[in-house]
Amino acid sequence: MSDRPRIVIAAGCGINCEEELAAAWELAGADPEIVLLSDLLARAHPLAGAQAFCLPGGFSFGDDLGSGMVLACRLRHRRTGAGERFADHLRRFLERGGFVLGICNGFQVLVKMGALPNLAGTWTQEVTLAANASRRFENRWCHLRTNPDTPASWVAGLGRLELPVRHGEGRLLARDAAVLAEIRRRGLDFLHYTDEEGRPTATYPANPNGSEGAIAGLVDPSGRIIGLMPHPEAFLHSTLHPDWAGRRRRGAADDARPADGLRFFLAMRQAMAESTPLHFPANVEPCSEAAEAISARSLEVSA
Amino acid sequence: MTVATSIVRWIKRELPDPLGARVAEQARRWLGLETGEVRTAKIFLIPEHLGPDAQRRLAEEGLRDAVLHEIGSNALPPWPEFRAALRISRRPGVTDDEGRSAQRVLADLLDRPLPGHQEIFTQDLYLFANPLSPHDLERLGRELLANPLIERIEPLTPDRAFALLEGGVPMFAAGQPSPASDFPSSATALPSPAASLASPTQGRGADPHRLVDPTVEAIPLPEAPEALLALSRDRLLELDLAEMEAIRAYYARPEVQEARRAAGLPAACPTDAELEILAQTWSEHCKHKEFAATIVCRDLDTGEETVIDSLFRTFIRRPTELLRAEQRRVGTDWLVKVFDDNAGVVKIDDQRLFVWKVETHNSPSALDPYGGALTGIVGNNRDPLGTGRGGARLLFNTDVLCFAPPDDASPRFPGQLPPHRILQGVRRGIEDGGNKSGVPTINGAIVFDPRYRAKPLVFCGTGAVLPATLAGRPAWVKEVDPGDLIVMAGGRVGRDGIHGATFSSAAVAPDSPASAVQIGSPLTQKMLSDFLARACAEGLIKSCTDNGAGGLSSSIGELAWSCGGASVQLDAVPLKYPGLRPWEIFLSESQERMTLVVEPDRWPALQALAERLEVEVSCLGRFTATGRLEVRYGDRPVADLDLDFLHEGVPRKRLEAVWRAPVISPARLPAELDLGRTLKLLLRRWNICSRESIIRQYDHEVKGRTVIKPLMGPRGHAPQDAAVIRVDFSDFVGIAVANGICPRYGDLDAYAMSAGAFDEAVRQIIAVGGRLPRRDRPDHRFWSGNDNFCVPDSVYDPETNPDGREKLGKLVRMCQALADLSLAYGVPMTSGKDSMKNDFRCGREKISVPPTVLYSLTARIDDVRRVTTAEFKHACDLVYLVGPTYEELGGSELLDELGLPGGAVPRVRPAEARARYDRVSEAHERGLLASCHDLSDGGLAVALAEAAFGGDLGADLELPARGLPTPVWLFAESHSRFLVTVPPACEAAFTALFGDDALRLGAVTAQPRLRVRREGRVVLDEALADLLAAWNRDLEA
Repeated sequence: MSDRPRIVIAAGCGINCEEELAAAWELAGADPEIVLLSDLLARAHPLAGAQAFCLPGGFSFGDDLGSGMVLACRLRHRRTGAGERFADHLRRFLERGGFVLGICNGFQVLVKMGALPNLAGTWTQEVTLAANASRRFENRWCHLRTNPDTPASWVAGLGRLELPVRHGEGRLLARDAAVLAEIRRRGLDFLHYTDEEGRPTATYPANPNGSEGAIAGLVDPSGRIIGLMPHPEAFLHSTLHPDWAGRRRRGAADDARPADGLRFFLAMRQAMAESTPLHFPANVEPCSEAAEAISARSLEVSA
Repeated sequence: MTVATSIVRWIKRELPDPLGARVAEQARRWLGLETGEVRTAKIFLIPEHLGPDAQRRLAEEGLRDAVLHEIGSNALPPWPEFRAALRISRRPGVTDDEGRSAQRVLADLLDRPLPGHQEIFTQDLYLFANPLSPHDLERLGRELLANPLIERIEPLTPDRAFALLEGGVPMFAAGQPSPASDFPSSATALPSPAASLASPTQGRGADPHRLVDPTVEAIPLPEAPEALLALSRDRLLELDLAEMEAIRAYYARPEVQEARRAAGLPAACPTDAELEILAQTWSEHCKHKEFAATIVCRDLDTGEETVIDSLFRTFIRRPTELLRAEQRRVGTDWLVKVFDDNAGVVKIDDQRLFVWKVETHNSPSALDPYGGALTGIVGNNRDPLGTGRGGARLLFNTDVLCFAPPDDASPRFPGQLPPHRILQGVRRGIEDGGNKSGVPTINGAIVFDPRYRAKPLVFCGTGAVLPATLAGRPAWVKEVDPGDLIVMAGGRVGRDGIHGATFSSAAVAPDSPASAVQIGSPLTQKMLSDFLARACAEGLIKSCTDNGAGGLSSSIGELAWSCGGASVQLDAVPLKYPGLRPWEIFLSESQERMTLVVEPDRWPALQALAERLEVEVSCLGRFTATGRLEVRYGDRPVADLDLDFLHEGVPRKRLEAVWRAPVISPARLPAELDLGRTLKLLLRRWNICSRESIIRQYDHEVKGRTVIKPLMGPRGHAPQDAAVIRVDFSDFVGIAVANGICPRYGDLDAYAMSAGAFDEAVRQIIAVGGRLPRRDRPDHRFWSGNDNFCVPDSVYDPETNPDGREKLGKLVRMCQALADLSLAYGVPMTSGKDSMKNDFRCGREKISVPPTVLYSLTARIDDVRRVTTAEFKHACDLVYLVGPTYEELGGSELLDELGLPGGAVPRVRPAEARARYDRVSEAHERGLLASCHDLSDGGLAVALAEAAFGGDLGADLELPARGLPTPVWLFAESHSRFLVTVPPACEAAFTALFGDDALRLGAVTAQPRLRVRREGRVVLDEALADLLAAWNRDLEA
């Protein structure tokens, strides 16, 4: 078996960014598998054998009822092929050292499921991602910086990043001031919108949505559930930056250095490698489909 | 009567309500109405049979965001400070995706299957702090928040309605403890929504087919021509006398009558369904009768008469055929499928095909801009999805829009929407259509002209990638054989969009049928396209086509024509609601549906896949070899038509056109023109100012492959020419996409306008690094073009269209230009569309669009890492103007700004341009260019400003001493020119390549100023910040 961690990426029902997310994981040295939600839920043990579960960006269920609401409800209440609620399956997956990543709409889903920030540890909703203060959908590139004091130490080292946001509902609002204070005290606000000098900012458009605390992303206290509004999977190659041609002309382009988005996945891949390896834990049956897929791929590799 | 409960959901008082704030702002801006604070709420109408416990769980666990929302049952938010309210609900049958999603949530909560028909519906509630009068509320509803064609507007004022609320019913029936403190008991109750539920949409639990009205009417065809025409008019058939007579003659044929008697159909006249099928199949929209007509064209200067045997065959298809023959001679063949499928297909390489389609959605966008544009996008997306076997993956959208200026204040006809509403509605439709489908909107254009005020033009383009083979068969082939099953997949059928095909072939009028308006559902289509991709890859689908204009009648009719017959059972069609007649089921244009050709042994597997992916599929019959289209409802015959007659029986039109060479009068510019001020005035003009406010609301980066986005540069201000997108992540092959459109020149010379539009699209692709096809040796780099003609009614009629011949003459000239430029550049058309009746009529008055043509070109880019963008990048780079400038101010933004007539229209000189384009391509390939921007509206000065905005850099330039007047140098719009910057180290190679064709103007400066000198004197000197301030306008503010 290869040492490429297996990543399950949800798709279907209005999720849009699964292809570029799979490309990101491949480039980062992982083994992504795109699974339609209906197929995922039909599996007896949907995440058996995986090291990370990803909810990509998009408009799951058209953002009806509020972004992420319908999918959050589905993941909380629908049962897997083995009759377990998917949310319970996900919690067990996390307990065994799995990672969960939600980007944009995926972040909205995790927040509405109560998986982030999960201060109380009970998966009840503590923050929301509301309509942007600009009242508009925004597609624009942002300056970002990771929080050096976050429990997800792997992300702390990323420092400053530039990534695009593309959302209409990304304004992080906490249930109350205490929740916001606790998020900051524990460093769960792992990513901030900043000005061009790298200082967290409340000013539009550098802060594109009016998020409290300039928060662009959250981790849970374990550091293994991570969600962010900006799209790291949209910056896998230097030519995707809006000023790439200018940088090339000015000799500022460094093609040897991975693009900021790819750095994010490389760091997460590294973090997974360093955490307890999670191949087939004794208490979870590997689902036969996944096992077949893996052996098929390893055959391809050896052939 | 159906009894229902309403769950009302609002944003907590202490949290911001951005939608409400926007409504307040817009009411002030556009209606001059002070609403005070506005808050919004959503009402969910829930059928009583669900029971209180399910209702409560739905409200608390499904609909409420615990941080953001509060909920009430049958109750308004308890805020006495709000003095007026407005409730907006959808009319029966109008798409209500949120209601459906609420139903999904409920099914998930209870872990139950999703019911097939809709039983939860939503309404929007607006609360206003100021005590608005019913009249003001009505205005707010009609002119800002709702469209009476598809929505019901219900003002609730304190005196009329709030008083009623106190007696409201609590949500949970008496005897039950009030369930949760989350339901504020202080909330003000709403009037029971039951009344508004008593609509035909709510046939809950019932199979809509049990309530179908199975009537099939026989429609006698009168003898008298006037009566025959009246029949066409009254039934909205849009057929002319010759066509109606051809139909009557068909039913008079003895062998037809005999067969009909045997089939149990009225012998000597059509059924309602047959007449509707004929009208749809023969509609201008579907048969392009005017582009297929024989045209007698007279040159009024010489008296010479030419007969054109179909504009389409002569000027569109023939050049493409010649180019294909030429390609084959030199050993290239990337033209895979042209003009005979839903979209054009060309070859990217041996593994991948590129599918390209652009079409218009004008009439629906005039009636409901949001729904029209949304349906336009998702509808156009279905063309590539329904090309060949199916199974294409959508790659990008482009949108080109023609509107009246948002501040246009011309008087409006009844039924005509104000220009700012059209703009905002269309913009929002494109936002939802693209963003929610996960398809990036990577390129577009907006053209403003007051003549688009009544009928806007909305051009939607979609590019897609199709694997060369699917399950071992060539993917682009559309195979249909007798015995194959007819399968419908996707949304259900309602009365929506009945008469869309015939309606789009007519002028818009105040009484245009509301049933022609539809609201698309990007989610339904996304789920459908996930299913199609999967089913095609697994070989479960043999062929596939979309249901657009004409619905099943069109899609099955066309597939049947290629295989030799079809037999259809309408009782197998799943319906949204009861009450439809059979012909309505067959003609309905309900969205998000595909018609599939399925081999019988694959049907069980297809059904199983569909069920898992939550897509509804139904088998409606079989394809046959009978030569007939047979339609039944149960055992009742509905239609039985000879396919030859259906598809070839339409009489060919013979039309007249006249043409006269345009007379050029010189433009007289004022002696003193403040050039800096003029530049700022031009930058502010609607046709030139920044599109950023709109572009940022379109997701142009989803899929993570857009290499040249609409805006580039360190701060994302610099507008670009063509967009460039990578095909996939396996290599760096890309596609450049550009649109050319310049209707203003058409007022002076229709030929020059069409040629200019073609050239504009070509030069945009050259500007980023594309290369025209080589003619003398094999060249694998495809070009694929789509033409879209949108013209006013050009059929002469002494009463209603006395200048019809002149208009048709212009169309002929536009088509000639297309043929000439296509052959000169070697760029073929692969698909396209024409829209022939772009007039808005009210009584005897009409507003017509200017004759407009859009060329949407795509080209293969071998390596996206080598393309070049438009903005200045480095101080000291040298600024060159490539291509000569002529004294061509005719139709320019400058003359329009100054209110001056005349001027020579810019002409395209294709031979010179072609040679220049090849040199520019070589310069790109050799890496000699730091930037390259094409010149168009506003000429050199505007291009300079735009290039400077991108890099926050300035330029110091000197115009040549001799030659043209300075304003001509700066503002003429001569075609085929580029503004380029060259790194100093590359200058020698650059000048050796271009010689006299490139004029050195000066250099890029670090100082952000634009300074232009002539003969040592400064003629223009402006700070970049001032130019940027003039150019940055919010198109929706």
